Amino acid sequence: MNWFTRVRNSLPFVAKRTTEENLWVKCPGCQEMLFTKEYEENLNVCPRCGHHGRIGADRRLTLLLDDGFEVLDQPEVREDPLKFRDSKKYTDRLKQARAKNPHADAFTVGSGEIEGRPAVVGVQDFGFMGGSMGMAVGTAFCRGAERALTRKCGYVVVTAAGGARMQEGILSLMQMPKATVMTRRLKAAGLPYIVLLTDPTTGGVTASYAMLGDVQIAEPGALIGFAGQRVIQDTIREKLPEGFQRAEYLKEHGMVDMVVKRHDLRETLATLLDYLQPRAAA
Amino acid sequence: MTSYLEFEKPIAELEARIAELRAAAEGDDVDISSELQRLELKSADLLASTYSSLTPWQKTRVARHPARPHFRDYVEYAFDEFIPLGGDRYYGDDEAIMGGLASLDGRRVVLIGHEKGHDTESRLKHNFGMGKPEGYRKAIRLMELAGRFGLPVVTLVDTSGAFPGVEAEERGQAEAIARSTEACLALPVPMVATIVGEGGSGGAVALASAERVLMLEHSVYSVISPEGCASILWRTAEKAADAAEAMKVTAQHLQQLGVIDRIVPEPVGGAHRDPGATAEALAAAIGEELDALSDLAPAELRRLREERFLRIGEG
Ligand SMILES: [Zn+2]
Repeated sequence: MNWFTRVRNSLPFVAKRTTEENLWVKCPGCQEMLFTKEYEENLNVCPRCGHHGRIGADRRLTLLLDDGFEVLDQPEVREDPLKFRDSKKYTDRLKQARAKNPHADAFTVGSGEIEGRPAVVGVQDFGFMGGSMGMAVGTAFCRGAERALTRKCGYVVVTAAGGARMQEGILSLMQMPKATVMTRRLKAAGLPYIVLLTDPTTGGVTASYAMLGDVQIAEPGALIGFAGQRVIQDTIREKLPEGFQRAEYLKEHGMVDMVVKRHDLRETLATLLDYLQPRAAA
Repeated sequence: MTSYLEFEKPIAELEARIAELRAAAEGDDVDISSELQRLELKSADLLASTYSSLTPWQKTRVARHPARPHFRDYVEYAFDEFIPLGGDRYYGDDEAIMGGLASLDGRRVVLIGHEKGHDTESRLKHNFGMGKPEGYRKAIRLMELAGRFGLPVVTLVDTSGAFPGVEAEERGQAEAIARSTEACLALPVPMVATIVGEGGSGGAVALASAERVLMLEHSVYSVISPEGCASILWRTAEKAADAAEAMKVTAQHLQQLGVIDRIVPEPVGGAHRDPGATAEALAAAIGEELDALSDLAPAELRRLREERFLRIGEG
């Protein structure tokens, strides 16, 4: 771990000025007003209704990995290869997103230990352009897998994505097979690949690396699916079933192994890593 | 008979005039052959020039043309034999994705592809080419079969996207697509994929993660439909033409980006104006690609496939 990452890891999450406005936060689940401090100390889980709010990449890494983990450098990728612009230039959207986020894109990799077990953890951050998968996300995913292969340890990936990085067009779509090349390599090397699905995980991310885990974990209430709910509703013109595409619904339909509360994740992962010990592939 | 697209209006008008002249000339003594010839030449020129400079949105319209040849047409025109195999062995048989044993100019292959249907009845039967989990699981089963018996895999991709429905989600649409992509990458035999119409998102990738990817000249391949992209980024589907332009969805653009390897030319005026000739060109191109791969060992084929996708986005 170099000096910079050590300093960065020791920084408190986001130094906010305490004002009336951010002293309180409204729970998206039960609409109760909660003390921001209390909410954040409870890992953005509502102490009243148990709603799991979204958290950024750094907090997620800190939550899952033991102190002293290394944050991998963001990979260099071609930026704005399509020279894309809608109402705004893609490069401007990227600049905006970067101004609000400590990382250069939506996928950050930490390499360290989970309760003493060696592990690499990749985290997709919904806070960065909706977690959308472009070349930077796909490439960072692959770098994480490479690190796990080098360290001969498990790879845990925390997914969150509202959809594809449309501004990268087909190159965004090509990240699906690209990431799958790496999940296959992990498998061939006899290393465990564990997926933690968080709110929301949809689109091409779900239809590639988010559904290929040896063990699939979901956070309570997380929205997980391939197609967006509005698209489905426009297609079938019926009301969607209760709880549709939520973590518990996926569990019921056999798409995830377990729904685990945020407070229990670290311990669950540690136990799984104990069972799924790396071994040479048969 | 021909169903014209909006941008083909001038062509349609010319062709209507030609038809009128012909009808009027019948039984008449007036010699109009020189005028007819002039108009026919003009019409052919116009068709050729229109189709040589189609915009991405116009190509999208051509790729979706109701009379564009589909899987079944290619089976009829391009393959010597086709033995359909069906079912995923878990739930059902999805007619949006067809597959089976086929012979291409004497080469035995496993053929898999989307079928959209050509009239109301067949479109419903094939669910407009929008695959469900059982369709992708059938594809996986057939790919595994191909691998075990050393048969190369040929896919014809033509879908607006995987089916967005409650039941498809319940049965694991995302997982089925992910596993199908994985099955492509694992193949120990040659795989040649061709986008013959629309290559829509994950539903297309699941059958196109091959070492050789071809596109018909006027087909399109994209991460989201131009309408979908426009309604999110421009907040109106009306801007689909702009979205198609910006996303670079055409075969020509995608070849420049290194995402596809080869463009198969279509007859003047698009595949729908001559399905037979289109199929012939397609069969020849796929045959050449298969022959070029036929001597490669399984590990080498997988390496080619892996490197093709790992390269994308680097540097
Ligand atoms: Zn609450």
